[in-house]
Amino acid sequence: MKILHRFCLRTGKFFSGLLAALFPLLARADYSWNFPTPVTPIARDTLEIHNHFMIVITVLFVVVFGIMIYSMIKHRKSVGHQPAKFTGPTGTVQWLWALVPFAILLFIDYVLMGIPAYHAVIDMEDTRTKADMVLKVTGMQWKWQYEYPDSGIKYLSTMSTPRDQIANKEAKGEHYLLEVDNPVVLPVGKKVRILLTSTDVIHTWWVPQFGVKRDAIPGFLRETWVKIEQPGTYRGQCAELCGKDHGFMPVVVHAVPESEYLAWVDEKKTQLAAAAAGSGKTWNKDDLMAAGKDVYEKQCAVCHQPEGQGLAPVFPALAGSKIVTGPLLSAEGKIIKDSHVDRVLNGKEGTAMQAFRDTLTDTELAAVITYERNSFGNKKGDMIQPAQIKSLR
Amino acid sequence: MSTAPSIEHDTSHGHHTEHYQGGIMRWLTTTNHKDIGTMYMTFALIMFFIGGAMILAVRAELFQPGLQLMQPEFFNQLIGVHALVMIFAALMPAATGFANWQIPLMIGAPDMALPRINNWGFWLLPPAATLLTLPFILALFGIGDGAVNTGWTLYAPLSVQGGMGVDFAIFSIHILGVSSILGSINIIVTIFNLRAPGMTMMKLPLFAWGWLITAFLLIATIPVLAGAVTMLLTDRHFGTSFFNAAGGGDPILFQHLFWFFGHPEVYILLLPIWGLIPHVLGTFSRKPIYGYKAQVYSFVAIGVLSVVVWAHHFFTAGMPVPALLYFMYSTMFISLPLAVLFFCWVATMWRGAMSFETPMLFAQGFIVLFGLAGLTGLVLADVAADAQYHHSYFVVAHFHYALFAGGIMGVMTGVYYWLPKWTGHMFSETLGKWHFWLTVISFNLTFMPQFFLGLAGMPRRIPDYALQFVEFNAISTVGAFILGFSQLIFAYNVWKCVKGGTRATDKVWEGAEGLEWDLSSPPPHHSWEVQPVIK
Repeated sequence: MKILHRFCLRTGKFFSGLLAALFPLLARADYSWNFPTPVTPIARDTLEIHNHFMIVITVLFVVVFGIMIYSMIKHRKSVGHQPAKFTGPTGTVQWLWALVPFAILLFIDYVLMGIPAYHAVIDMEDTRTKADMVLKVTGMQWKWQYEYPDSGIKYLSTMSTPRDQIANKEAKGEHYLLEVDNPVVLPVGKKVRILLTSTDVIHTWWVPQFGVKRDAIPGFLRETWVKIEQPGTYRGQCAELCGKDHGFMPVVVHAVPESEYLAWVDEKKTQLAAAAAGSGKTWNKDDLMAAGKDVYEKQCAVCHQPEGQGLAPVFPALAGSKIVTGPLLSAEGKIIKDSHVDRVLNGKEGTAMQAFRDTLTDTELAAVITYERNSFGNKKGDMIQPAQIKSLR
Repeated sequence: MSTAPSIEHDTSHGHHTEHYQGGIMRWLTTTNHKDIGTMYMTFALIMFFIGGAMILAVRAELFQPGLQLMQPEFFNQLIGVHALVMIFAALMPAATGFANWQIPLMIGAPDMALPRINNWGFWLLPPAATLLTLPFILALFGIGDGAVNTGWTLYAPLSVQGGMGVDFAIFSIHILGVSSILGSINIIVTIFNLRAPGMTMMKLPLFAWGWLITAFLLIATIPVLAGAVTMLLTDRHFGTSFFNAAGGGDPILFQHLFWFFGHPEVYILLLPIWGLIPHVLGTFSRKPIYGYKAQVYSFVAIGVLSVVVWAHHFFTAGMPVPALLYFMYSTMFISLPLAVLFFCWVATMWRGAMSFETPMLFAQGFIVLFGLAGLTGLVLADVAADAQYHHSYFVVAHFHYALFAGGIMGVMTGVYYWLPKWTGHMFSETLGKWHFWLTVISFNLTFMPQFFLGLAGMPRRIPDYALQFVEFNAISTVGAFILGFSQLIFAYNVWKCVKGGTRATDKVWEGAEGLEWDLSSPPPHHSWEVQPVIK
């Protein structure tokens, strides 16, 4: 007992020391006590409502527990207070006293909080009125695909933080975990209707500064909207547990003036057209291998690992895999069921292996398939041309 | 009452202690409510430490950004199993342990009404807990891919994609559910049939009332959960498409079914606590419970409301505006009966003669911290603000204020309050007070920063985080370790109290009111062999 007491004291000292060590850390940090600066009307509304509510509940907290603490000080046995005997309100005055708090609470619930909340909800759900453009967001393990139906642009956005930073092998960058290869670009001052869906499990698209968080549900469309008021780079991440790399699925939005946005659209279109043109020409193996390595590292290495060794028991190895080293296509040049090409194009139902048919271009697919068949000790020696992939679609 | 003959039968044989088998067989075969209560409590305590160890590993990983101790796969398993263990294997069994020990004592009954079902209800728990945690051990031997990795909510289609840990969790939930339903039936039958003559329903102790509502909620909602996880099982293995859009199903259907159980579950965990708190407040304020009837009606109202507000757990999944408004306003309405309870708790202390023994400290700590859970719950109900709070650490902090401060600290209130009655010894007040202060301070150190993390935009269930979240996470981890290790004081104090200590009087506490205090400490083997008559 005494030993335990001493132990408690010592651990207490130890931890207070630790805390003291932490405090300077606190003082210099740019940590935040509240929502980040809002940049959309919804986010501004939400922050206002939130601040408003925090005041209301703080007042409630202080009043209720002020009364309780007053009672704990005054009505204690040690100061000789004699206990009363009442068990409920008696008489009109006491009933009034007992009922007033509930009237106040009703007022808080349905007027003070209820009315602003009502307007905020209506506003938040109004995705269609005066929408200037549409952005389609598709969640997939573990990246986002962005599609601009009006301009026919579609591309993937994956985290660009190097794995070595996560493994603490190199210093962490400023935007650690919140940086991507291809950010979404949106014009400021335009109402963007955002449609969300997913190809595998449920993901949630969240940018705190937009005040918007909406689930991306496989097989269904959900919608929300943003109207960004200031140019800038806004960062968020997936908010619904979606498997292994849920924590590594950031959202980055570049908000730019409209003229810049239009220029970006043109540039992106040219880029995508060039990539699509790649499927027309015949590639040599070295170029396919080089392109394939890029695709592999971005899309496949997360699960199958950089050296193709996989991650037992969920994510199979590609090195020496029967599927990868199996025949490429049938004698008639068609896809063989459950073959390497089938897996990459169509995925495997009920597993994290997704269909890449619609997310990668012909060239990327041809490149990554060729790469996998001729790397990690796999020596098939064969290759597949983008044109062949095109004909298999 | 119909139980009179059995009482005569019992008394004619004298005490049954001599018929008991010794050793392990005593515990395997016992049908005595106190033995079974003890087993429930012991089981809950062990699982509390197991679930706690899991989350300390998680907090250690989150102490610094980057991955230090574990890979995301294992992290995902720990968070989900932590929740399942704490809810189903620690809090719920602890509440059932209280029911077993206390309901017969408090309503003047010799035992629970269905003793063999009682025994079975308990012995289903160890296999269920084993099923839940076994995949961790199997994975060490290279079998399977570890435990369920979807979070405790098991959302489809992630859970359809998951490994065999999900199947283990499904069967574990089935068994735990059967256990809960058996326990609930027993409690309802006991309360309805074995009350002492003269104890009308409106004289029933509040603790029994709280448990009665819990029991009905369990019977109403556990089958829905069982159905949902069974549908998940057939989606996984038998080609159905309940939750698969490609086959005509809907992933959100799972969320509806899950939270139709999941929301009442919160009250299932809390109603027994709300039942026991007034007893403690009355005892240490030396004053009768204020607003007994109002509290009973509030229990009933909360029970009813709890099954019609479930969709507030997934506002961000998207639903029609009228549905959003309905679930928002109905959720806000729960604040009223809950406010009645807070009002009655404070009014019970008001103008009393308070003293601050350990159970009273825990009860008061419970009120304040659970108050924070209630108030943050009120703002969470707002659909617009919820878009920011949801899926973030704000929610994590909120429900830990509800389930640790509201649930676990409530259980500790009850344990400190009744332990002398159960063991016949007083526990160490000094250790109790140490335990209380360390718990309250470190609890706030752990979870208060999480509110701010959530507001700043940190999503829950991520194994690694961006650099603006570093400081609060470090503080939270330090708090969590103090919190975790402080609970060893509790275990030691209970152990010491079981082994010996100052003899407790029958009444134990100066201001104690209620039938259980008329019995000896510890109570006789068959509790009330002759039922007391209530005037």
